Amino acid sequence: MSFIAMPKPDAAIIARRSEIAECLRAIVGDAGLIVSEDERRAYETDALTAYSAIPLAVVLPATTQEVSAVLKYLNEERVPVIARGAGTSLAGGALPSEDAVVLGVSRMSAVLDMNFADRVATVQAGITNIAISQAVAHEQFFYAPDPSSQLACTIGGNIAMNSGGAHCLKYGVTTNNLLGVRMVLMDGTIVDIGGEQLDSGGYDLLGLVCGSEGQFGVVTEAKVRILRQAEGARPVLFGFDSAEDAGACVADILAQGIIPVAIEYMDKPAIKVCEAFAHAGYPLDVEALLIVEVEGSDEEIDAMIARIVEVAEKHGSRTQRVARTEAESLAIWKGRKQAFGAMGRIADYMCMDGTIPTGRLPEVLTKITEICTRHGLGIANIFHAGDGNLHPLILYDINKPGELEKAEQAGAEILKLCVEVGGCLTGEHGVGVEKRDLMLDQFNQADLHQQQRLKTVFDPRWLLNPSKVFPLEGRLSS
Amino acid sequence: MSTSVVKKAAGLLEPRDEAQVITAVNDARASGAPLEIAGGSTKRSIGRPMQTAATLTTHRLSGITLYEPSELVIGAKAGTPLKAIEKELAKNRQRLAFEPIDYRKVLGSDGEPTIGAVAAANLSGPRRIYAGAARDALIGVRMVTGRGEAIKSGGRVMKNVTGYDLVKLSAGSWGTLGVLTEVTLKVLPMPETETTLVFEGLGDRQAIACLSAGLGSPFEVAGAAHLPAGIDGTAKTLLRIEGFAEQMTYRSGELKTLLRRHGVPALLAGEASQALWLKVRDAEFFAGEDTALWRVSMMPSRGPEIGAAAASAGGRVFYDWGGGLVWAAMPAGNDAGASALRSAVAGNGHATLIRAPESIRAAVDVFQPEQPAVAALSRAVKDAFDPDHILNPGRMFAGA
Repeated sequence: MSFIAMPKPDAAIIARRSEIAECLRAIVGDAGLIVSEDERRAYETDALTAYSAIPLAVVLPATTQEVSAVLKYLNEERVPVIARGAGTSLAGGALPSEDAVVLGVSRMSAVLDMNFADRVATVQAGITNIAISQAVAHEQFFYAPDPSSQLACTIGGNIAMNSGGAHCLKYGVTTNNLLGVRMVLMDGTIVDIGGEQLDSGGYDLLGLVCGSEGQFGVVTEAKVRILRQAEGARPVLFGFDSAEDAGACVADILAQGIIPVAIEYMDKPAIKVCEAFAHAGYPLDVEALLIVEVEGSDEEIDAMIARIVEVAEKHGSRTQRVARTEAESLAIWKGRKQAFGAMGRIADYMCMDGTIPTGRLPEVLTKITEICTRHGLGIANIFHAGDGNLHPLILYDINKPGELEKAEQAGAEILKLCVEVGGCLTGEHGVGVEKRDLMLDQFNQADLHQQQRLKTVFDPRWLLNPSKVFPLEGRLSS
Repeated sequence: MSTSVVKKAAGLLEPRDEAQVITAVNDARASGAPLEIAGGSTKRSIGRPMQTAATLTTHRLSGITLYEPSELVIGAKAGTPLKAIEKELAKNRQRLAFEPIDYRKVLGSDGEPTIGAVAAANLSGPRRIYAGAARDALIGVRMVTGRGEAIKSGGRVMKNVTGYDLVKLSAGSWGTLGVLTEVTLKVLPMPETETTLVFEGLGDRQAIACLSAGLGSPFEVAGAAHLPAGIDGTAKTLLRIEGFAEQMTYRSGELKTLLRRHGVPALLAGEASQALWLKVRDAEFFAGEDTALWRVSMMPSRGPEIGAAAASAGGRVFYDWGGGLVWAAMPAGNDAGASALRSAVAGNGHATLIRAPESIRAAVDVFQPEQPAVAALSRAVKDAFDPDHILNPGRMFAGA
């Protein structure tokens, strides 16, 4: 069906399935093991649903010690392991293979410590992103990175992919908000990397582990920075006649010394679909829409919005709506937050994740439309404009033979375009399997080999999430 | 083809481009002659003493290669003087928000710090608690590894998770993994103005509690330091806020109310505030001394424990990062306070020796010893980049 090849599963491992399962049962007990095919099927894919494979077994350890014993055993037996948070990866980061054991962290989801004086929370890897913020909300604190899947995705998965979110323009992504991890290496060694301090005493291994896509170890606990919530936040909505005007407006806001918490962009097709679905009151006669959110006290917000409105008017903003109340704020965000659901109602879509220098925005948008038109596919653009992280949604029909392949082809061309203009293949979703074979468009073999040497440092046998990130051809021998 | 492209004079290699860096590293590998890696040579006394055959300096790799103010990004060759970067940014009212430390005053060195060394040493000042560290602003690097290979990681865009993050790894690696040849950094606008609240006469514990309360408020405290009595006159506890003029009045008022149990603060604005934070940033209070200078990093509320341990060993301290960074000036005899500070840290943080005579830096661990499993990973990381230990060998850890 799809054109990204996965290696042939190891038949010798598959043949040993029941023996391996029994050894795992001895470590984690019945409650921590899934062997029936029906139940294993629930783990066959993640949010990149075009790819799937039923794993050998699924193990759900309850403690770091169990994770250690499981990995030590599987390392000795040379069985591949796919670590899994909530399976929300859009890049296939948690896609299993038939000869691999899925190690899920869902039974480790507790908050272990909340330290408000030092602004750090210690949590287990399986806690959802939103649950961290909820746990500290009674003191008006929050955990800043907010991927759009935050209701479901886990901090363990966020660390693996170095996840971002809508508000990272101001607050940064996972790596900027992570202080320490407890991680189990493939040979069972438990290591504490980082801690409660703000910098590293030696090599920044924490920065290296964050974003290593489950290929270095299994994180079981994390220490994350928690921040005090702003007094308030309000968005303002602007409509523009062209992508150029909207892009210039974004650049000018930043150049004026204003860093909003979020600047979101939607193009006309996206506006139309979202409005039809969410009835958020978006203008339908504009080519581009910006949602700009600022934080502070009421007076501070008013002052900042006044400055932003002035900039937007200079760039020909025709429509503007300033939220004055909580209800008006929610209305402005409603369409954007439901955008992906709204798209899913009218078509199947593939969500791209390239980043570009924001100055190249209008030109890139034009070329993206050309690419999709050439493949006979629809396109809607939604993205984080402040940091250039694009989420073009390529629309296709899974039931039409050949359309998925066309969409993948168009997606690859869009990502190559992002690299050509000085950007990158993935801003926040990760490489996974989806972008694996495009890595040589961004890097050369020497760059990738140096990365692979680090994979070997942490996992000498290349058993953790092995078929991801690097093209299968040309790897250093594992 | 590549012979004699690198100018050699008295053991000094001054490559003018990346190709010459590659040649220099390959020559060093071939002859088994390790290199000291330097930028402006202002921080060469930090680290364990090294046995090297020559010094490779990046100072001729100079120049801004990219600056897009509206994209908040600047790129430069590694040997570009920091002051050239700061000057260019200031033209557009922008800055490096992590407020890089200038070590020249405490180290008594001259020369011009380079942007590459700012990255390689992960130099972050007081604003680190609000705006992130150098490693957070660093978004792209090019380097020549100890294998003599030019590689890149990251790029020029802020959001980038393509491949492993070797950018973070290179920050704070002190030239032991690769010779940085070009760096790209995220920049931020300069605020219109700043104000510092100054509480006087607080003891260390109360001061840290005051800073914690400020940092736990919604008022975006962008500097939180405590200078105990004797550091800069009477004890001063400092909270800095930055922003638009109208914000300063509001936020300083709110902070005064929130922190009223700690007294009534004096307000320092504009240049007076900036001058004081420069002293905090550069630990200037300990300049011109022959004490051993340590940087101790741990959970902020434990700061006063470190302060007490330093005092019992005859040292003096001040606190930055809300208490999470303790600058300790210790008597330079014996182990220069290493065991006193490190037993107080107790494995939950680290103590790094910034200034001490060479004999002490040879005798005590300059960088905090790591737990064995982590130390093994660090050694293997070094070997992955620099298998022959050609680059700054032993500067951070013995044998690596």
